[in-house]
Amino acid sequence: MLSSQIKSNEIDFGSCNKDLLEEIIFYGIGLGADFVEIFIENTDNSSVLAEEDFITSVSPSFGKGAGIRIFKGKKDGFVSTNDLTKHGLMRSVSQAIEMLDITDNKREVFSGLNKHRDYSLSKKKWINEVPSIHEISEKLLVSTKSLKRNNKIITRKGSYSRNLQEVIIASSDGTYVSDIRLHQTVGLNLIASDAQYRSSGSRRFGSSGMPNEFRLWDHEKAANDVFESSMNMLYADYVDAGQMPVVLANKFGGVIFHEACGHLLETTQIERGTTPFENKLNEKIAHESVTAIDEGISEGSFGSLSVDDEGMEPEKSVLIKDGILKKFISDRAGELRTGHKRTGSGRRQNYSFAAASRMRNTYIAKGEHSKEDLINSISDGLYCKSMGGGSVGATGQFNFAVEEGYLIKNGKLTSPVKGATLIGEAKEVMPKISMCGNDLELAPGFCGSISGSVNVTVGQPHIKVDSITVGGR
Amino acid sequence: MNSREITTQISKAADFLNLKKWDYGASFSNDYSVQVDKGEAKQLKASQKQILTLRVWNESNLVGITTTSDISVSGIKKALNQANIASDFGNKNEITEFSPLAKVPIEIKDAKKRNPVGIKKLLTILREAEIKLLESHESIKSVPYNGLSESFYERVYANSDGAFRSYTKSQAALYLYARAEERNKKPRSSGSVKLGYGVEDIDIESCIKDASNKTISHLNYSSIKTDKYLICFSPESFLTIINAFSSMFNARSILDGVSLSNKNSIGEKLSTEALNIYDDGLHEKNISSSPFDGEGTPTKRLCLIDKGRIKNFIHSESTARIFKTNPTGHAGLGSKVSVSPDWIVVEKSKENSDLKSSLEHSTYEGEFVYIEELNAIHAGVRASQGSFSLPFDGWLYKNGKKISIESATVAGDIKYLLKNIVNIESSQEVTTSGISPHIWVDELSITGDA
Repeated sequence: MLSSQIKSNEIDFGSCNKDLLEEIIFYGIGLGADFVEIFIENTDNSSVLAEEDFITSVSPSFGKGAGIRIFKGKKDGFVSTNDLTKHGLMRSVSQAIEMLDITDNKREVFSGLNKHRDYSLSKKKWINEVPSIHEISEKLLVSTKSLKRNNKIITRKGSYSRNLQEVIIASSDGTYVSDIRLHQTVGLNLIASDAQYRSSGSRRFGSSGMPNEFRLWDHEKAANDVFESSMNMLYADYVDAGQMPVVLANKFGGVIFHEACGHLLETTQIERGTTPFENKLNEKIAHESVTAIDEGISEGSFGSLSVDDEGMEPEKSVLIKDGILKKFISDRAGELRTGHKRTGSGRRQNYSFAAASRMRNTYIAKGEHSKEDLINSISDGLYCKSMGGGSVGATGQFNFAVEEGYLIKNGKLTSPVKGATLIGEAKEVMPKISMCGNDLELAPGFCGSISGSVNVTVGQPHIKVDSITVGGR
Repeated sequence: MNSREITTQISKAADFLNLKKWDYGASFSNDYSVQVDKGEAKQLKASQKQILTLRVWNESNLVGITTTSDISVSGIKKALNQANIASDFGNKNEITEFSPLAKVPIEIKDAKKRNPVGIKKLLTILREAEIKLLESHESIKSVPYNGLSESFYERVYANSDGAFRSYTKSQAALYLYARAEERNKKPRSSGSVKLGYGVEDIDIESCIKDASNKTISHLNYSSIKTDKYLICFSPESFLTIINAFSSMFNARSILDGVSLSNKNSIGEKLSTEALNIYDDGLHEKNISSSPFDGEGTPTKRLCLIDKGRIKNFIHSESTARIFKTNPTGHAGLGSKVSVSPDWIVVEKSKENSDLKSSLEHSTYEGEFVYIEELNAIHAGVRASQGSFSLPFDGWLYKNGKKISIESATVAGDIKYLLKNIVNIESSQEVTTSGISPHIWVDELSITGDA
């Protein structure tokens, strides 16, 4: 249940906390802070794991905590605590003030909190609408059973997790917001083995704010997909390394844009001086066929939110329009330090992280080509049907593992290949995305960065990259 | 509440709920960290955290678990209740018990616990370090990733059978990651991390020097031709590979079917007789050492590879029972108890006559690739399949010259790699994740741009 114990002088998620929050903010402003932000959360999570034909793990967890952030000029102090009493929160404010070594006599004005914006009203019933552990267990077991299709399958797993997060956000600019967030994910994976050959396959699905979504999940389709993928890859040869054109599939293929370019459009990267796009606003940074969007508003998508972790409603940000850089993804600190307006992208894993500019649902917009057009245009290349994880280094170099790949010969898909890694730099690859398909689809994922792991969606239609380094054997 | 009081509260609440068997692991920490940007404080952080993981056994001896940060009387009651409900779904096929070693006496040393220096001192030290690093070379334009932190924590394990273990520690960390830029060249980055029990134990000058030298050494770079090369792994990069494929020694992974090994792999020859690998969580150089694991089992030194052959697996209580051996002190408390290595120590055994001892990274004059650091491990390692394809920082040594490699990946198979070790240098180096000498491997694939 999302109700915390009621104590005097303690944050209570079932009541109005305005007076207490104002008192704490006044306290911080009175001590010389330019800005005070309080982020309080109460969580109720659970996860279930099915292995082979048994439930092997059920893990409920709950918790509460607060993150207090104080700005003085462009620097900030952040303190997190599990103590939600008035005393505990004020002690955290004092600690943040002390860290910042505020000594001047300048005092900002705090006129009290605005009218409460309560996004949680219609969401309080969610906790009673999500599937029970019994229901989850039964469906997961049916799913893992449906992966048992031949004697080459040696490991079958199904996993589910549900995160329910209730938040209160209040700050000295008057922001006073409450919300409830619900995220559910379900995944299937298997390992196939035959003599010295091994392959694995996995798929993950996720939603936000849709308590009924797990019940609607088509586990049979998911099982077909992951089984087919692992069987195709079981006897695959290792790919030969080299430079070649590639076609990246839709859905999770969008991880390439997320990692290679999206992170470089976050204002945290400008603050660090680690993005090559810092001074490229309104300049061409990608092929004219590329339009890229980051938004937090698609209903049910894994990266959607009613309000960000700084109390701002998310906007739809067109980052790149026809190859021209139009916008950066910005949070409060990003606006303060780089001048780029906030986009409702201040996000954090939980109360123990300060919010930072983070992607939400990020995708390349659809083009006009069919998937076949893209493949037919290549005489010798690689089709990346399923992507694994990836990362981007401090100088913009990225790499992605290809989970399921096929060689393209004379415009046709041929043999499956494994062990491929795509390597490059955003600045060099973005102009080489020359064709976009008409089949945009999104896929959920988790993004780890400065403010922890957050739920995101990546996506794209099928795209063609004219040339990229493929790592192999 | 302190850890003794928490144990008492759990015991009382469990009695009230008629729960006869329970255990818990808890962690309480106070952390402080600073980041700077060109001499200015950027973000200063402090956190107070508490986490309690409770397990209960129901009347059918099935285990349920709950984790919470709410360590109040009501939080503890709620956690016990939730764990009790979860126990209805306990794993009937793999019964979990208390570790038989959870009450074995162990000597817990906390002599190396330091006192906090405070945020202001952390900030002063980091500012000075950043300035020195920026001044160390004209091409170093920024230190985009930097941080100095200190952490003070207590870990506890207790159970209804009377086991109670607790230890307190402190740890500090400094990382400096510099970015160098030169005209008409790509920016290059590298860095260094140093750990200590407290800030006063960290060799700050050495961290600055390492970060500077590493970054500068990559300024002159060139692409590398895609081919197979003789490779020299730095101690850090070899430990990265071993840790990434530690499922080979992990009994939990074996039982789950995600390891390259199986129950009968003890004695299997993986490598040259010259290779010994230990897991040694209590090693004096391991700043993060813990005297006991998540189930209260004492930590100990364990031989994983002896003269090239698998000698032991790492275990939790339940995997040890299934393998008919003792727990090894590698368990992590969870609904499904995890198993993981602590601190890997790689060394040359006395059976080393088959090694090519002329391969010494500081003197060898032939062509080879030196891998300084492997990146993106989470994306490029397929532990269950044994394959890897990883970007790296390193140099090509050729014709007596050393040039940084612009952008490349190394790919292969862990069993192939271990079988193709051609030299293990004599001198070991301490890293943040273990100890290893330089390791030479023949014929690994490198993909470059050329």
